[in-house]
Amino acid sequence: MTRITETFVALRARGEVALIPYITAGDPTLDVTEQVVYELVRNGVDLIELGVPFSDPMADGPANQLASERALRSGTSLSRIFALVQQVRQSVSVPIILFTYYNPVFRYGAARFARDARQVGVDGVLCVDLPPEEADELKIETDRQDLDLIFLLAPTSSLVRARKVLTRARGFVYYVSVTGVTGMRDALPDDLGEMVRRIRGLSPVPVGVGFGISSPAQAAQVAEFADAVIVGSALSRILETHGTEPDAAAQVGSFVGSLKQALRERTLTPTPKPES
Amino acid sequence: MPRQPDASGHFGPYGGRYVAETLMPALIELEEVYRRCRREPAFQRELRALSQDYVGRPTPLTFAARLTEQWGGAKVYLKREDLNHTGAHKINNTIGQALLARRMGKSRVIAETGAGQHGVATATVAALFGFKCEVFMGAEDIVRQAPNVFRMHLLGATVHEVTSGTRTLKDAMNEALRDWISHVNETFYVIGTVAGPHPYPMLVRDFQSVIGREARQQVRKREGRLPDYLIACVGGGSNAMGLFAPFLNDASVRMIGVEAGGTGEGKNAASITGGQVGVLHGSKSYVLQDETGQIRDTHSIAAGLDYPGVGPELSYLRDQQRVQYVTVEDQEALRAMKLLAETEGIIPALESSHAIAYAARFVPTLRRDEIVILNLSGRGDKDLQSVMPLFETEVRS
Repeated sequence: MTRITETFVALRARGEVALIPYITAGDPTLDVTEQVVYELVRNGVDLIELGVPFSDPMADGPANQLASERALRSGTSLSRIFALVQQVRQSVSVPIILFTYYNPVFRYGAARFARDARQVGVDGVLCVDLPPEEADELKIETDRQDLDLIFLLAPTSSLVRARKVLTRARGFVYYVSVTGVTGMRDALPDDLGEMVRRIRGLSPVPVGVGFGISSPAQAAQVAEFADAVIVGSALSRILETHGTEPDAAAQVGSFVGSLKQALRERTLTPTPKPES
Repeated sequence: MPRQPDASGHFGPYGGRYVAETLMPALIELEEVYRRCRREPAFQRELRALSQDYVGRPTPLTFAARLTEQWGGAKVYLKREDLNHTGAHKINNTIGQALLARRMGKSRVIAETGAGQHGVATATVAALFGFKCEVFMGAEDIVRQAPNVFRMHLLGATVHEVTSGTRTLKDAMNEALRDWISHVNETFYVIGTVAGPHPYPMLVRDFQSVIGREARQQVRKREGRLPDYLIACVGGGSNAMGLFAPFLNDASVRMIGVEAGGTGEGKNAASITGGQVGVLHGSKSYVLQDETGQIRDTHSIAAGLDYPGVGPELSYLRDQQRVQYVTVEDQEALRAMKLLAETEGIIPALESSHAIAYAARFVPTLRRDEIVILNLSGRGDKDLQSVMPLFETEVRS
């Protein structure tokens, strides 16, 4: 059982929903990212998504685009991110997932990427522009290293397609809450709960929901029907405004703490999960 | 040569669909609709009728007598895509995609544009079909291709200035993809070149292949045989694929793609000559990138060639050694623009000028009984404003 799966099993036993924050590695520097990781852990996050910056982030809205630009300006690359993970792994035990576009991985080499990721203590990989149809060359390598290659589903995915994607799922499946790019939204789609419940009914792995979730209230709302709540752009915005301040990491940490609080406080009536 | 792409949208190891899950269903649907339309006589009839009555096809194959004499090598023919409605080959494709959009019940079309020719061609068919049209264009290109921005406005399109990244074609494409991800249900994305996720490289090639089909027929009628060389500029590669595709099984016809050499090493847009295999904008192909997989800044005097990627089929044809690639730098392209204007009375687009510039080097080395077809992909009207100061300062010497 991978560390990601273990984490979800433990959470379910406690009737809790996972909180997964996303930050772009190197935003604005890798030193700040290291401090942010420690603060995230201290504030009770369950898994961490580290973004690999890319020059052409076509699935991202402005907040994460700017985060990517800041990270690239400070010289962030995949090998330096691996060094950071190795460093934080000395004290951090929560699962770490790399959230990336495919080209930096492809250029690094799929086999070398999977081997190095495993070696430094990465647990999962999510390539936002790598649908299962194109994933073979990477999945062979991540499977070999027992890394979870995480796939996405979107509101536009039909149930037939969802079933197909879910046959290849490992770790968890990432459900994109809105038909759109990453970024904060005032309101989530009305039918989000229904869509996620439907996917959960089909899924052999937990279902995390992300894109557009930016407040404790929204996190609590999504926790009613998801196994994990993923929050990204809101953290990029904090780093955009405060990233160069000495307490940048603490500010991200305290916001994430408020999200975790909201998840803990909601009435614990977990949706029974149908066996698949 | 086997028919490309394969069932999953790959040309050998290239192509495919590297996109966010949100777009996968739309791409699969587009592929199904296109495969159906391609076999339908009524669809093909309507496409032909519009190409003839609206675009003005067939375009002539002009024998360039004075250029042939001056170069003293092979006979030079120009495939006159500059004479199409809107001034370039781009409309061959937008007419086809507009028919698909109507079939799919979409009322809004979006497009990316570099030189503005594809934006204008999309705005044009949007007006013709009554679609709402929004075009994404890099801030830098908006300045250097101002006449085309105005044309799009006249045609009723909205032009979105893209200020992210390098503010050119690649960033316009990022922004168009983001818009499509956000409005995929009601929007048809009219991609302007043979790049992007499957099925775009296939369907854009097919719509542009009218160039090569006509040229093949025209040259056989005129010369009684096939040409020895085809020469076309390559940015994303749609005019090149359009000319080359119908000749791919003619082993005697050699093909040359001319990439933008910019101002030399490091400041160019020659993806195949100087790039490595990578994934950009939905497909695997040669890409200009650094050693960590970040996409490199590009430069070309020709906005339509100023792009770090290239169509996957062109990458495949390079590996198969079916197409040979060369580069031409900015200054050489400028001189070729002037040369064609003075010699044949035709002012070419800066993009097409790259093909002419290479021909100026190459054709003099050929025998007089050989035949070359140059794809004159567009006219130079759009470039006049931006080249005027360059001719005053640099070319006069």
